[in-house]
Amino acid sequence: MRSTTKVAVASAAAVLMMGTAAYAQKTVELIKARGELVCGVSTGLGGFSVPDSAGKWTGLDVDYCKAVAAAILGDGNKVKFQALTAQQRFTALQSGEVDMLSRNTTWTLTRDTALGLNFTAVTYYDGQGFMVPKKLGVKSAKELDGATVCVQPGTTTELNLADYFRSNNMKFTPVVIENLQEVNAAFFSGRCDVYTTDASGLASIRKNDAPKGKSDDYVILPEIISKEPLGPVVRHGDDQFLDVVKWVIFATVEAEEYGVTSANAAKMATDTKNPGIKRLLGSTPGMGKALGLDEAWAMNAIKAVGNYGEIWERNIPALGLPRGVNNLWSKGGIMYAPPVR
Amino acid sequence: MVDAAVGAGVPKRARSIYDKEVQGVVWQVVVLAIVAGVVYYLYSNMVANQARQNITTGFDYLGREAGFGIGESWTTYSPASTYAQAVFVGFLNTLAVAIVGVVLATFIGISVGIALLSRNWLVAKLMSVYVNLLRNIPVLLQIIFWHTLITSERFLPIPREFLVENGPQPLLGSVYFTRRGIFMPIFEGHIGWLGALVGLIVGIIGAWLLARWAKRRMDDTGQQFPAFWAGIGVLAMCTFVGWIVMGAPTTVSYPSIGRFRVSGGMTMTPEFLALLLGLTVYTSAFIADIVRSGILSVPKGQIEAGRAIGLKESVIMRKVILPQALRVIIPPLTSQYLNLTKNSSLAVAVGYPELVSISNTTLSQTGQAPEAILIMMIVYLAISITTSLLMNWYNARIQLVER
Ligand SMILES: N[C@@H](CCC(=O)N[C@@H](CS)C(=O)NCC(=O)O)C(=O)O
Repeated sequence: MRSTTKVAVASAAAVLMMGTAAYAQKTVELIKARGELVCGVSTGLGGFSVPDSAGKWTGLDVDYCKAVAAAILGDGNKVKFQALTAQQRFTALQSGEVDMLSRNTTWTLTRDTALGLNFTAVTYYDGQGFMVPKKLGVKSAKELDGATVCVQPGTTTELNLADYFRSNNMKFTPVVIENLQEVNAAFFSGRCDVYTTDASGLASIRKNDAPKGKSDDYVILPEIISKEPLGPVVRHGDDQFLDVVKWVIFATVEAEEYGVTSANAAKMATDTKNPGIKRLLGSTPGMGKALGLDEAWAMNAIKAVGNYGEIWERNIPALGLPRGVNNLWSKGGIMYAPPVR
Repeated sequence: MVDAAVGAGVPKRARSIYDKEVQGVVWQVVVLAIVAGVVYYLYSNMVANQARQNITTGFDYLGREAGFGIGESWTTYSPASTYAQAVFVGFLNTLAVAIVGVVLATFIGISVGIALLSRNWLVAKLMSVYVNLLRNIPVLLQIIFWHTLITSERFLPIPREFLVENGPQPLLGSVYFTRRGIFMPIFEGHIGWLGALVGLIVGIIGAWLLARWAKRRMDDTGQQFPAFWAGIGVLAMCTFVGWIVMGAPTTVSYPSIGRFRVSGGMTMTPEFLALLLGLTVYTSAFIADIVRSGILSVPKGQIEAGRAIGLKESVIMRKVILPQALRVIIPPLTSQYLNLTKNSSLAVAVGYPELVSISNTTLSQTGQAPEAILIMMIVYLAISITTSLLMNWYNARIQLVER
């Protein structure tokens, strides 16, 4: 059997066998019993989720897997990362192969409903862009009529692409390749005129995957053609786990607002006079119990990966991307967490 | 007494559970029940879990707008088409590569297979290297190899480069080999080509009737008739007449290179070419070996007998060796055809939009995995069964009739 057929059959089998064991218990209990969180990530997108040569994963998406593991298990390293292409990700989550997805996945109505999934919160506000070779001399996406465009299947990207060209009365030929390495190679060899995906993905691919020293031969066009709110996803039917992932994300944002960092969290928990910080870090109990977790849930998450600002600084500036809308609401951005109380 | 004798002559067998036949039936029923039970258990499990997770099910999605583009299609397709149309585009693309692949692989396979038995040492050795090398390299690697080769900037230009002065020149004035594919002239669509096609079909039937007549005459009278060449003649005539009658179209559409788009002419994309080359070359190695062993299975005495009665070598090949070798060749050949068709799903690796690739996209856009996989399975099953039926029918026809 060949790889795709195998994937298809495996997902069919997985779908068939959904239920019994995995669903008899709640996800949080399951993770505790297993002793690790199984987290679906991309196959390798620098800044978001990428393994190094020793198999150690880093990135913003990876940090949220670690944060959730730390909140539930008290240890941010108890994560098993499962690399998934765009096409594999939803079946893997639906069938219980992974507990959650933290994989630059755009929140859309269909995915949040018909696919049987729940989006938790946004960890990165993004939008779709276009990248072209500089020597093409193109200055705007409006000049791309007739272009050949490299894109990955199973993404919002391929739908937005079709929408954009349709609404601007332009034609395009898609070259649709599932494997990230292959689609990158196709673009950089000149099989396509244009590469399209989330702007963050473009920045990452331009920096990390262009042929050595050739990054500057490629430009990202100014048009952003869509809204891509990216964030972790869980299955329908387990409200507790949905709440846990959602509030771990909010806790990191709240921590940034309060100035709580991985370095000072432990000290803050005892020294602070601020009731909000006390609730967040569990020195005033109650929040952990409400989530069905240890009172140190947020403390552990923050100790493991830091607050939202720290997570950002560790992963994103290296791609050359500004904080922009992803800044706190109080600093001109739209990152905003409901109150932890 | 008489009555009793009759009764003894036709004994009424009492059926008991010790009866082998009864046991056989019972076991079959038991196994069937177990299988049905397991299938039912898995199915109800799936349905229950989909319901618990509120996953949409059913085939309604097929009628909804697909919303994604497809690179190449034999029918008119746009992002505004439905999912059903998208899957159909994939099905046609699978058929296209499978049919062209089977024809080419057979052709190459037979040639290499015969060359394997060549008395020329060098030819035989080279061919044996071909066979042993190619069938031991995974076909997926071969497909990726061809795609990398075609799309590599080291070998071929991109279409735009033909526009610059002193740039590369097209072959024969209008065939462009580029890393975006091969662009070449093609006759413009016209009813006359349909006429030619109808003529061709009529011609095939005519040639077949002619061959049948020639064979019967030879069986009856021993007189020979050049049925092959006459058949070709009939075929060509009919095609030509069909083309003339419907208006004898000759307008050619030439590819014209633009800054982005190549319009007009015909395009063979790198994805199609890579898949076709990979599948054809890989499968042809297996077919060559099948042909070789088929020919070797014909007893030497048959060939010597042919020579003894003074038949020419070519006649021995056609009338003595091949008819007997085919009996051995056809069954394994059938499974090679099926393999080639199923291996076409490896296209996913290079992005040729065939059935699996488009079904996978559909699956991840709608989240309806069981439905999409069921459709894929049914389509592949249908293709496989059709191929098997055709080949079995042919196999039955060429079996030696004992006289
Ligand atoms: N945000 C979009 C696109 C996500 C996506 O898969 N992007 C690609 C291109 S940046 C990717 O991450 N690929 C990584 C991989 O396939 O492992 C979506 O949710 O559909």
